[in-house]
Amino acid sequence: MTPIIYLDNNATTPVAPEVLAALLPFYQTRYGNPSSMHTFGGEVAHDVEHARQQVAALFNSRESEVLFTSCGTESDNAAIRGVLEALPEKKHIVTTRVEHPAVLNLCKHLENRGYRVTYLAVDAQGRLDLDALHHVLTPDTALVSIMYANNETGTVFPIQKIAEIVKEQGIILHTDAVQAAGKLSLDMNSIPADLVSISGHKLHAPKGVGALYIRRGTKFVPFIIGGHQEHGRRGGTENVAGIVGLGKAAELAAANFSNETRQVAGLRDQLEAGVLKAVPHVRVNGDREHRLPNTTNISFEYIEGEAILLKMNDQGICASSGSACTSGSLEPSHVLRAMGVPFTAIHGSIRFSFSRYNTRTEVGEVLEVLPDLISGLREMSPFWARRDKM
Amino acid sequence: MWDYTDKVKEHFSKPHNVGSVEDANAVGEVGSIVCGDALRLSLKVDKATEKIVEAKFQTFGCGSAIASSSVLTDMILGKTLDEAAKITNRDIANELGGLPKEKMHCSVMGMEALEAAIANYRGQGVADSHLHEDEEGELVCKCFGITDKKIERTIKENHLHTLEEVTNFTKAGGACGSCHWKIEEIIRKVHKQELEAKAEEKPKGLTNLQRMKLVQETLDREVRPQLQKDGGDLELVDIENKNVKVRLLGMCSGCQVSRFTLRDLVEAKLKEFVEPDITVEELRS
Repeated sequence: MTPIIYLDNNATTPVAPEVLAALLPFYQTRYGNPSSMHTFGGEVAHDVEHARQQVAALFNSRESEVLFTSCGTESDNAAIRGVLEALPEKKHIVTTRVEHPAVLNLCKHLENRGYRVTYLAVDAQGRLDLDALHHVLTPDTALVSIMYANNETGTVFPIQKIAEIVKEQGIILHTDAVQAAGKLSLDMNSIPADLVSISGHKLHAPKGVGALYIRRGTKFVPFIIGGHQEHGRRGGTENVAGIVGLGKAAELAAANFSNETRQVAGLRDQLEAGVLKAVPHVRVNGDREHRLPNTTNISFEYIEGEAILLKMNDQGICASSGSACTSGSLEPSHVLRAMGVPFTAIHGSIRFSFSRYNTRTEVGEVLEVLPDLISGLREMSPFWARRDKM
Repeated sequence: MWDYTDKVKEHFSKPHNVGSVEDANAVGEVGSIVCGDALRLSLKVDKATEKIVEAKFQTFGCGSAIASSSVLTDMILGKTLDEAAKITNRDIANELGGLPKEKMHCSVMGMEALEAAIANYRGQGVADSHLHEDEEGELVCKCFGITDKKIERTIKENHLHTLEEVTNFTKAGGACGSCHWKIEEIIRKVHKQELEAKAEEKPKGLTNLQRMKLVQETLDREVRPQLQKDGGDLELVDIENKNVKVRLLGMCSGCQVSRFTLRDLVEAKLKEFVEPDITVEELRS
């Protein structure tokens, strides 16, 4: 099998070896239930609380403000539904057109349940108009949910300014920080948001675990009702191994934060510069100034994304596309459409996303094969030959 | 990740007949860059024999669009235009060992490009036009520019029954969804027409022998393949007047929902294809 060059870290990341080592005992010898009365289980409860401290450190918050969940989507659902249920008299939600489906489709669902939703637009670089945000807030607004960083383009929203605008009106702010965790500061002392979603597997922890930061005093009704776990805010026996893994991953992220983002950004920039130099008719989508250090979204015009992914797949290179053909639906990326990216470019958009486990050698190998692969597909495209007339 | 057959992967990795025939006398082009796939097929047709002696394609699209185009050029080379005109999108998909259902529209695109090229050779069409704009009828899906005529035709040719199938085959309704009700209306209309046509075809009053033959044929063609997919089957035991007696086999025998199988599948199909007042009875062994 061809060795894998994994440049799809916004989809999921490899589990860090330190994380795996930390969580394995919880599948082997430390399998007790944290709720049990015996010491064997009670010790595990201490490990869960230790993980909570580690995640709280990432948020620079109190431990009691961290709730463990099963994934980013659950965190988003718990946050949004939990707030709406706590404020039943308010029927307005504000979000953006470029959210992850976990928020976007939930909001669409809520529209059929009597809620009014405002979807804020973005400009060609994917930036929000903060004046518009200011103007759509009403006394009826229960909640604003705006992502910290976009999963497709890496564009980073000014969450501090957003939080200031929203909090000035006394409205609750939720932010989906699934892509930002470990890459951008999540210091909740300087970001006045009320609820923040993160996900383990985007951060070198395993799949099946997430967390929700809930600022003390935030009105919130539990989303999953059951036992008394998580101080009654989320029923269900804890995914102990996952939680321990997330704790360790958060600790690693906090420790290597600045170094890592610089190194990862270097790889991303190396690839981006190499592609722009070697391949004509490409464009970078998103706000290159305010962007996650690990993400680039590049459109190869006149060809289609799934075909590019398949050709790269033959070489063992993993990435993603905003093309309609890869989505299972026929709709090309809602993010790129919201930005007004022309269709010629959306269908051929490829997202490369890096992690600390990528190397310069890997980027070199990609740059070696990518230009030929692109020109091969372009030779096949009827639009390439007549590109000057389009 | 799509579950592509080896044949699709093969044609995608090493496509046959890529390019443009220089002195082409039949060119067909369908699709557009906005929709996400497009195919330009250029052919050289021998004037005396009307045989396709050269065929090349250029495709903008996904893996299965490229594979469909490639296999299409293989299929039509050496054929006369009349022979080639008989090729349907199903033939293209079958030649590839099947396509994921969401990708059936790629095979439809192949068939349409071929039709456009043949029409072009016969002086009936313009080489560089997009079929979407050519096709007459009322625009139903504004996102992908699909007309009611095209939807009707695809439903008939591929025996489609659901909105999802129509979207998979034509793309219509795949984006904003505002035309879903129109598509469903077209499906109902086509099915009604088909039922009426069949009712007319059917001879008034079947003889016992005719009925037996028709029942057996319908069961073999419409019912048993479906049951076999679930590891079941059925046998025809007897026919008494208009009461058909069957025995369910395999996974179907003793199945909790066998009465629904009988009513919604066996009896429904027999009513549709044999006689509207036929009944079905299950014999249990």
